[in-house]
Amino acid sequence: MSGTVITTATTESPALPVPVRRVARSDLAARGEPFVWIMGAALVAGLAMITGFLGFVIYVGALTFWPQPIAVITTTQDKIIAGEAFRSETYKPRDEQLASASPEARAKITADLGIVERTLYRVGNYDLFGEDFVWIPSFDVKSTVYPKDMYFIERLEWGPFVGRVKELDVAGSKQPTPTLAQLRTAHAAAEVRRTEIEQLEKVEISEINHQIDDIRLGVRRAELEYGPGTAGAEAAKAEAAKETAKLEAQYKVLEQKVTALRQADEAVTVTLEAVDSQTKTLPLSRLVRFYPANDLTSADKWSIYGSRWLEFITAQPREANTEGGVLPAIVGTLTMMVLLSLAVAPFGVITALYLREYATQGAFVSFIRICVNNLAGVPSIVYGVFGLGFFCYIVGGSVDQLFFAEKLPNPTFGTGGMLWASLTLALLTVPVVIVATEEALAAVPRSMREGSLACGASKWQTIARIVLPRAAPGIMTGLILAMARGAGEVAPLMIVGVVKLAPELPIDLTAPFVHFERSFMHLGFHIYDTGFQSRNSEAGRPMVFVTTLLLISIVLMLNAFAIYVRTRLKRAYQVGQF
Amino acid sequence: MAATKTTKAAEQSAEFPPTAYHVKQGEQGISLKVEDFSLWYGQTRALWNNSLDFQKGVCTALIGPSGCGKSTLLRSMNRMNDLIDGLRTTGQMTLEGEPIYGATIDVIALRKRMGMVFQKPNPFPMSITENVIYPLRVDGVTNRKLLKEAAEGALRGAALWDEVKNRLNESALGLSGGQQQRLCIARAIAGNPEVLLMDEPCSALDPIATAKIEELIDELKGRYTIIIVTHNMQQAARVSDNTAFMYLGRVIEYGDTKSMFENPQAKRTEDYLTGRFG
Repeated sequence: MSGTVITTATTESPALPVPVRRVARSDLAARGEPFVWIMGAALVAGLAMITGFLGFVIYVGALTFWPQPIAVITTTQDKIIAGEAFRSETYKPRDEQLASASPEARAKITADLGIVERTLYRVGNYDLFGEDFVWIPSFDVKSTVYPKDMYFIERLEWGPFVGRVKELDVAGSKQPTPTLAQLRTAHAAAEVRRTEIEQLEKVEISEINHQIDDIRLGVRRAELEYGPGTAGAEAAKAEAAKETAKLEAQYKVLEQKVTALRQADEAVTVTLEAVDSQTKTLPLSRLVRFYPANDLTSADKWSIYGSRWLEFITAQPREANTEGGVLPAIVGTLTMMVLLSLAVAPFGVITALYLREYATQGAFVSFIRICVNNLAGVPSIVYGVFGLGFFCYIVGGSVDQLFFAEKLPNPTFGTGGMLWASLTLALLTVPVVIVATEEALAAVPRSMREGSLACGASKWQTIARIVLPRAAPGIMTGLILAMARGAGEVAPLMIVGVVKLAPELPIDLTAPFVHFERSFMHLGFHIYDTGFQSRNSEAGRPMVFVTTLLLISIVLMLNAFAIYVRTRLKRAYQVGQF
Repeated sequence: MAATKTTKAAEQSAEFPPTAYHVKQGEQGISLKVEDFSLWYGQTRALWNNSLDFQKGVCTALIGPSGCGKSTLLRSMNRMNDLIDGLRTTGQMTLEGEPIYGATIDVIALRKRMGMVFQKPNPFPMSITENVIYPLRVDGVTNRKLLKEAAEGALRGAALWDEVKNRLNESALGLSGGQQQRLCIARAIAGNPEVLLMDEPCSALDPIATAKIEELIDELKGRYTIIIVTHNMQQAARVSDNTAFMYLGRVIEYGDTKSMFENPQAKRTEDYLTGRFG
C-alpha cells in the first residue's frame, strides 16, 4: 500500500522544495532571551512587593512594644512637654505658625524653602490634657532633656501617664517620691488584690448570676410546658423562689467581701505629677505597668518588651481595644478556622466526588462546574448577608423555637455567632475545595482505578481505598487555600457574629464548655476596629501592625501544619510510582 | 443504515477469508467462550464478529499489529471496557457456560473470577502485604491468619516470596519494576481466579524481568486459564500453547502455537510473522 504511493510520487517527479539556508533571526520570538528577562522582572517585582509588605509589618509590629525614652522638651514659649517620640515628618508651616521662631531659625527655614521637620510626641495624660499626642516643630524646641525620674505608666483607664511619681500612700503611711523598689513591692500586693476582686466578680458572682438565670429559665420552661398559673408551674415557681433566695444570700456574702476588698484596695493610692505640675491621685491597683523610661538597662528593656508581648497574647483588651491583649480574638479566630475546616472539608470533598466520579459528564455537569467556579467571585459581603438571613434568622430562629423557647424573645442561636460565622465562611470557601478536590481526583492515574476494579472491588471500595488516599495531598492543598482565604475574610463576619468586644470565649470552663452560639472577636475585625473605629486612632495604629503580624503568624502556622500533613501524605502515597 | 452495514460486512468478509482454526485442545474443556462478539467505541467499530474458545488450563496468546483490537478483546472479557463512555457490544461471551454480557450480570462478582495484570505495573500505594491481599480485603475478609496465609501463598505463587519476605510491611512502591509486576500477578492470583488476563505484562520491563515473568507464566498455566496479549512474537512462541492472530478487529487465524508459527495457514498471518508488516 505505502509502496504504491512512493512509486506514483517518483514517476510524476514533483518540484522538490527549494533549499533555503536557515539563518538565525534577530527578532524577540526567535531568540526568547528577552522574555526571560521580562519574566524575571515580573517575579522580582512580585517578590519585592511581598517582602516589602511583610518586612514593613514585621518591622513596625516588632518595634511597637519596645520601651522608648521620654523626652522633656521646653518650647520657645517656655511650655514644657514630656513624651515618647512617636514619629517625624516634614511639612510646610504657614507664616503665622512661624511667628514664635527666632530670626535665625526663620532664616534657616527660608533657606530650606519653608520646609520644617516636626515630631509627634505621645504625651499621654489624656485625663489631664485632653489629648494624647502633640506635634512639636523643630524650630519650636528650646531644649530637650531626658530626666531619669520620668516614668511611663500604663493604667487601666485613660491610657498612659507620663510624669513623676510624687507620693505613695499605703493605707495612711505616706512615702514622698518612692523608689522603684518600693513601688514594685506595693504594686505586687495591689495586683494580688485586683485579681482577687476580678476573680470574685467575674467568676464567682457571675456563676451565681448564671444559676439565678437558669432557675428563672426553668420557671419559664415549666410555664411553657404546663401553661401559666397551673399547679405544675406554681410548684416550679415556689421551688425556684427558694433556690433563688439561697443564691441571693450567697451573693450578698460575696458582695460584702468585694466591697471590703475594694475599700482596702482604694486605701493604697499613688499620686502622679505631670510635667505641668498637675497631679492625679489614683489607687495603685489601677496601674498596669510602670518604668522610669530614661533609666533602663538593656535587661529591663527586654523584660518590659517581653511582658508587653505576653500581655498582648494572653490578656483581655482594655481601653476600647487599643491597649491590653487580644486573647479573645486569637481564640475566636482559631476556633472559627477549625470549625470552618471541619465544615468545608466533608462538604467540598463529597460534592467533588459526586461531580467527578458519579455524575454523567455532560452539559449539565459542566454548567454546575461553571456555577461553582463563579461562586468564588461573589463578593464576600453577599455571603455575609445570606448567612445572616439564612443561618441566623431562618435556621437559628427555628432552633430557638424548638430548643430555647424559654429564652425568647432573647435569641440564642437566632443571632450572629461562632457557628453561623463558620458556616458562612465554609460556604464562601467551598468552591476552592471543590475545584481543588476535582483536580486531585482527576489526577489519580487510571491504572490505579483499573487495578482495583480488576480485583473485584466495587466503585465505592475503589474510591475509598485507592482514589481518596491518592488524592488526599491535593485535597489538602485546597483546604489550605480555603483556610487562608477564610482567615483573612472580615466583611461577612461583621454581620454574622463578630463583635468589637466579647470577653466570653467560645470555649471555656462553664458547662457545656463549647458555646458556638456566642458572638466572638476576630483578629481581622480587631485590626479594622483599632485602626479605624477607636477614639484615638493614632494610639491604635501600632496595635494594627502588631495584630496584623499576629494574624499573619497564625495563618502561617496553620498553613505550615497543613503543608506538613500534605507532605507526609504525599510521601505515603505518591513517591516511587513506577 | 442497516443495509449499508450488511454490504460493508459482506465486502469485508470477502477480503478476510473465514478464520482458520487448528486449536490444540485442552484436557479440561473450554473455559471462556467468545461468540460472534463485536464492539464499537462510539461510531468506531473495534471488533468484528469474533468467535473463539479459550481452553481451560492452557495459555493462549493474542498477537497482532498495533490497534488490531487484541487488548480490547481482552478487556471485554472482564468488562473493564465498561468504564468507557459510548461503548456498545453485540454477541456474547461465556465463562464456564455463564454469560458475561447481559443486564442482570453482577460485574463485580464476575471480575472476582478473573485476575488481571496490566501493561504497566500498578501496585497500590500500600505495603506489599496489603497489595497482595487487596482482593480479600474488598471481599471483607478480616481473619489475620487467613490473610497472612493468602499473602504468602500468592507471593510464593508469583515467585516473589523469597525476595520480599523480610520487607512485607514496606511500601510496594519501593520494589523494582519487575518485582512490582510480579506483585501485581500475586495480587491477581490472590483472589483465586479461574482466568488470568494479562495485557502485555512485559512491555515495560527489561529482558531479565521479562524472562522471570515468562518463567512464572509457564508455572501458572495448568492451574489457571491464561490469556495473554503480547506484541512480542517470540514471547508468544515461548509461553503460549495456542495463539490467536488478530488483524483490524478480527481473529484471522487461531491455532496451536507451534504449527501456527511453523506453518501459518492464512496469508496475513504469514506476512505478520515474517515481519512483512506490523
